[in-house]
Amino acid sequence: MIRIANGQGFWGDWLDAPVQLVEQGPIDYLILDYLAEVTMSILQKQKQQDPLLGYARDFPPLIHRIAKTLTERNIKVIANAGGVNPIGCAREVKRLAPELAVAVVLGDDILDRLNEFIENGHELRNMDTGEPVTAIRDRVLSANAYIGAFPLAKALATGADVVIAGRSTDTALAVAPMIHRFGWVRQDYNRLASATVAGHIVECGAQATGGNCQVDWQTLPDLANIGYPIVEAEPDGDFTVTKHHGTGGRIGVDVIKEQLLYELGDPKRYITPDCIADFTTIRLRDDGPARVRVCGVRGAPPTGTLKVSISYHYGWKATGTLVYTWPDAAKKARMADAIVRERLRRLDLQFEEIYTELLGADACHGPAAPPNADPPEVQLRIGVRARHKAAVERFTRELSPLVLSGPPGATGFGEGRPQVREVVAYWPALIPRREIVTRVEVVA
Amino acid sequence: MRVPLGRIAHTRSGDKGDTANIGVIALKEWHYPTLAREVTAERVKAFFGPLVKGEVERFELPNLGALNFLLHGALGGGGTLSLRVDAQGKTLGAALLRMEIELDEYEFGL
Repeated sequence: MIRIANGQGFWGDWLDAPVQLVEQGPIDYLILDYLAEVTMSILQKQKQQDPLLGYARDFPPLIHRIAKTLTERNIKVIANAGGVNPIGCAREVKRLAPELAVAVVLGDDILDRLNEFIENGHELRNMDTGEPVTAIRDRVLSANAYIGAFPLAKALATGADVVIAGRSTDTALAVAPMIHRFGWVRQDYNRLASATVAGHIVECGAQATGGNCQVDWQTLPDLANIGYPIVEAEPDGDFTVTKHHGTGGRIGVDVIKEQLLYELGDPKRYITPDCIADFTTIRLRDDGPARVRVCGVRGAPPTGTLKVSISYHYGWKATGTLVYTWPDAAKKARMADAIVRERLRRLDLQFEEIYTELLGADACHGPAAPPNADPPEVQLRIGVRARHKAAVERFTRELSPLVLSGPPGATGFGEGRPQVREVVAYWPALIPRREIVTRVEVVA
Repeated sequence: MRVPLGRIAHTRSGDKGDTANIGVIALKEWHYPTLAREVTAERVKAFFGPLVKGEVERFELPNLGALNFLLHGALGGGGTLSLRVDAQGKTLGAALLRMEIELDEYEFGL
């Protein structure tokens, strides 16, 4: 049995979670998931400004902080912290923790190969719209193929203490140590599928241990010290989800079910580079306090393609807010919205969308929100999106004048003008598997 | 009797591009047949009205006593394009807890 713990559900998750995992109980592998769909474009921009950057900058200081414990307890780390510069990330880790052996997995970054792919007839059509990538070629900021668990397992086989990948799938981080330690092969589809389910359960960190859980949420113990999830994996693929003794949160079948359903598509076809997992075959049972047993998972061979994540410049957006209070808070906010829209119309600016919502009324739930005839206060929130920055900049000047010139009682404008932000959009596509060649490098 | 869905189920929601997903899970396993009968794709689509521009798909996971719904075109463009405060549909699962379903006392487990 090996213990695999996830200490980071996204870049920005609790900084102390990985430290808690390595210090408060036994684990063999610490995995850290840093990448969301648009993170790569942010990292690409950082690398353009400074060729030494382009990776998750929280990662090297974290390794520095826990290096001694990693060595003492023989814990290995696997992280997709490399972003668009895994080598740069690895060098910084080596600088801060020279005693650790570091390996990187390369080959996912295909930004420099896009033209070659297009010339060879790969259209990289958008999986949602069907458009070929040539439509946005001149605006592409990053392009990465999602790589699976086998290249990560190969990196572990070098004896590395720290394995750094770029755009690996989230679940691959958990699957790799099982492949490495149990000697699984590519045809072990049921085992790989079970490991993938384990990866899905832990990939969002504390969402598997009571975070964001609806059931009995008011009595969940000590969320301030919530335990992050640990998988006790076995060679046949079955596993137990648990957390360190003495930590907060709760693990039970209901909690694990919620996380299994999180961001799920067709449950019979959970597609990864390594297998297709069938979530309708999962069997769960409570196995003591803070322990859930998972078994029975069936899998099938993977597809012949890998998913590609491309990010590109789309345009600009801004959102601004004002607060209106009782009486007639919602009516005042709607009148203010109408004034802003009329002023923007007279300026003849081109917006792709102007979107208004009332926080405190129905912003999140829309028509499904419970009616509230006269709420004590609402926050008016207006968002605009345009291809050209100038239109969005002009919009940011239109809210604060309402404090003096609009309906009575506007407040909450203290933070100044809304910020104009670039919209970097996401372009999902597929590429034949044979086009993506990964390699492992040990970084000295 | 008519009860809100939240009496027999819990939910979790999230996003994939402009598609929101809502997992609906029976609080007790014997409530799953009621869920499967009452919480249809059509009723979920009607419940959210104009918030969902596209179709609603439903998948069944009887092994977990759960249903998975995909609400296409529900996130104002999705990802970074969306201008909504809940651009990832994180709160749509909670919204669905208010949907009324029909069940008899036997089904409720009284």
